[in-house]
Amino acid sequence: MENLLEIKDLYVNYETDESVVHALNGFTLNVKKGETLGLVGETGAGKTTMCLSVLRLLPEGVSKVEGGSIQYDGKDVLSMNKSELRQMRGAQISMIFQDPMTSLNPVMRVGDQIKEVLSLHNPELSDKQKDERVDDILKLVGISPDRKDQFPHQFSGGMKQRVVIAMALVAEPQLLLADEPTTALDVTIQAQILALMKQLKEKFDSSMILITHDLGIVAEFCDSVAIVYAGEVIETGSIEQVFERTKNHPYTEGLFNCIPDLTSHAARLTPIPGYMADPTNLPTGCKFADRCGRCIDKCRQAAPEMVEVDPGHFVKCNQMEKGGSGL
Amino acid sequence: MSEVLIETRNLKKYFPHKLGQVHAVDDVSLRICAGQTLGVVGESGCGKSTLGRAIIRLHQPTSGEVLYKGENILNLKGRDWRRVQTQMQMIFQDPYSSLNPRMSVKQLITEPLRVNHVAANKAELEERVRSTMELCGLPDRYDNVYPHEMDGGRRQRVGLARALALNPEFIVCDEPVSALDVSIQAQILNLLMDLQESRNLSYMFITHDLCVVRHISHQIMVMYMGQVVEYAPTDEIFENHAHPYTAALLSAIPTTDLSRRNRERVVLKGEVSNPINPKPGCRFAPRCPYASEKCNEPQNLTEIAPNHFVACHECAKQAGG
Ligand SMILES: Nc1ncnc2c1ncn2[C@@H]1O[C@H](COP(=O)(O)OP(=O)(O)OP(=O)(O)O)[C@@H](O)[C@H]1O
Ligand SMILES: Nc1ncnc2c1ncn2[C@@H]1O[C@H](COP(=O)(O)OP(=O)(O)O)[C@@H](O)[C@H]1O
Ligand SMILES: [Mg+2]
Ligand SMILES: [Mg+2]
Repeated sequence: MENLLEIKDLYVNYETDESVVHALNGFTLNVKKGETLGLVGETGAGKTTMCLSVLRLLPEGVSKVEGGSIQYDGKDVLSMNKSELRQMRGAQISMIFQDPMTSLNPVMRVGDQIKEVLSLHNPELSDKQKDERVDDILKLVGISPDRKDQFPHQFSGGMKQRVVIAMALVAEPQLLLADEPTTALDVTIQAQILALMKQLKEKFDSSMILITHDLGIVAEFCDSVAIVYAGEVIETGSIEQVFERTKNHPYTEGLFNCIPDLTSHAARLTPIPGYMADPTNLPTGCKFADRCGRCIDKCRQAAPEMVEVDPGHFVKCNQMEKGGSGL
Repeated sequence: MSEVLIETRNLKKYFPHKLGQVHAVDDVSLRICAGQTLGVVGESGCGKSTLGRAIIRLHQPTSGEVLYKGENILNLKGRDWRRVQTQMQMIFQDPYSSLNPRMSVKQLITEPLRVNHVAANKAELEERVRSTMELCGLPDRYDNVYPHEMDGGRRQRVGLARALALNPEFIVCDEPVSALDVSIQAQILNLLMDLQESRNLSYMFITHDLCVVRHISHQIMVMYMGQVVEYAPTDEIFENHAHPYTAALLSAIPTTDLSRRNRERVVLKGEVSNPINPKPGCRFAPRCPYASEKCNEPQNLTEIAPNHFVACHECAKQAGG
């Protein structure tokens, strides 16, 4: 299958008064046409930064792309000019931001905000048709159209999130970057919304990157998964390969171990010990070394290479063997 | 049985809307004992945050009572109210807009302490700030960092630190871990549970994550469109739940177990919820697979097993006979 998005060896820094934050450090990721990829990683791992880089929306002045490339549909994103960018952002890629208020205008009625997106994408529609589409999409995300004249602050957290999802979906994008789109939703509405996203995705054969920290959602909803740690992808593969839990990166294993289990009654959860490496002062070797129960000398000396442990299943760990059994 | 710390009686909060009233919280009665956690779950928009805010008077309730150690606090004023107010804190759902963007982490955590004059002198203030930050996993290199420079997890820790700084007895935790990845979530949940044990804290814990709610709660309250539909001890909810909405909720939990990927699920269909001037009957009825004529009548919370309450005539009938 063809890749719609190819991110290669991307380096992005944020420069603050006091220090330089290394947010992405050799980030490599491919997304195929029609694929739903789950992107999982600790807060601060660089997931949002990756999305902002793809859209060229990194905050100006403080952030800098230090190296690497981004190809969208065969075009080099990093060298696009303003009008190409506008075209790409408007017509091809939509993003659902983690914080709904990034996309919502606090002083505009929610219905009007959705309508505005529609007007941009379907200028041919009459006013009445647009109103109908707004009502339809609101119903699909579980909000009564009676409420479209209200303002964002009159909506609950999850309702705002659903409005943002509605805005992203009416644009019918080729690539949807969804940054934790359902964290504020209960599981029944979440299931409804994910099904809706899947439907639209199939209809337009579009692709999606679904950022989430809910491994259950990844397992049930995505085709493949990439695990991010300290600004790089440390494991990627199909859902089956990663969730089989036979050959995982020690960090991925740690993630599995800290989910509260519905069936167990353990009093305490087992978080991964320690904190993520300080992004202003990254170690030379493996960035997970300090927290890893299996760290050996080699791990502190040089950063590990990606190893293809099974066809299509890659793990960035010194202790993995090519095509072999790992540990 | 330990002492009841927080109680609400027929609490209501309505918001005006041009077509009528949004019944955000509609007749909720609950009790939280000292040292215990009440988990609150329910559909997005069903009124959980509004309930939490009404209890600590961030919203003035439309009617009903909120009791703190048996005393109705809705009409307390001045010094009396401030005394109770510092005992009740909230960690907000939205770590983005609940922090003043112009304050650094250290200022944010110092502020509630200073406003409430809890430290005798500068050194003590400094010490309280330091220990609270440490407790919440915020090393001193964050002192001069501003909210927008932090990722969601750290921002949430700041929110937590602000709530804990005052050493309250009761905290409304409004989705405190939803924005966090599983590892940090586990750290924060462990922290909350340790604090509960050492300080006998009580929580009202709002979340959409049913694994988390099971892990942390003693009792669980399931809400649907402003009302309580089921209320029971945690194990009872998971093992013997009765209300059809609770069943739908539990069956929709995503799981990492690949063998359950294509399991049977109760998928909710039908009309979307509209809390504006709802009809008197069961509010879940339009989407309920078992709905009948009788659901058009008001449903009362009925005790179908010890401490297990359900607002559904059908469930009550089945339990009764
Ligand atoms: N300030 C407000 N003005 C008007 N309506 C409001 C206001 N705050 C909340 N509401 C309405 O009250 C209802 C309940 O909202 P609330 O925020 O309590 O929901 P919630 O259960 O916390 O949802 P979520 O899980 O999505 O956060 C919603 O219909 C919401 O639109
Ligand atoms: N505007 C900014 N200024 C300074 N640092 C930032 C900024 N935005 C993000 N960062 C830092 O970049 C790193 C990656 O953040 P982010 O991409 O938001 O992670 P994620 O989305 O995976 O939680 C973090 O260390 C974060 O603190
Ligand atoms: Mg993020
Ligand atoms: Mg809420």
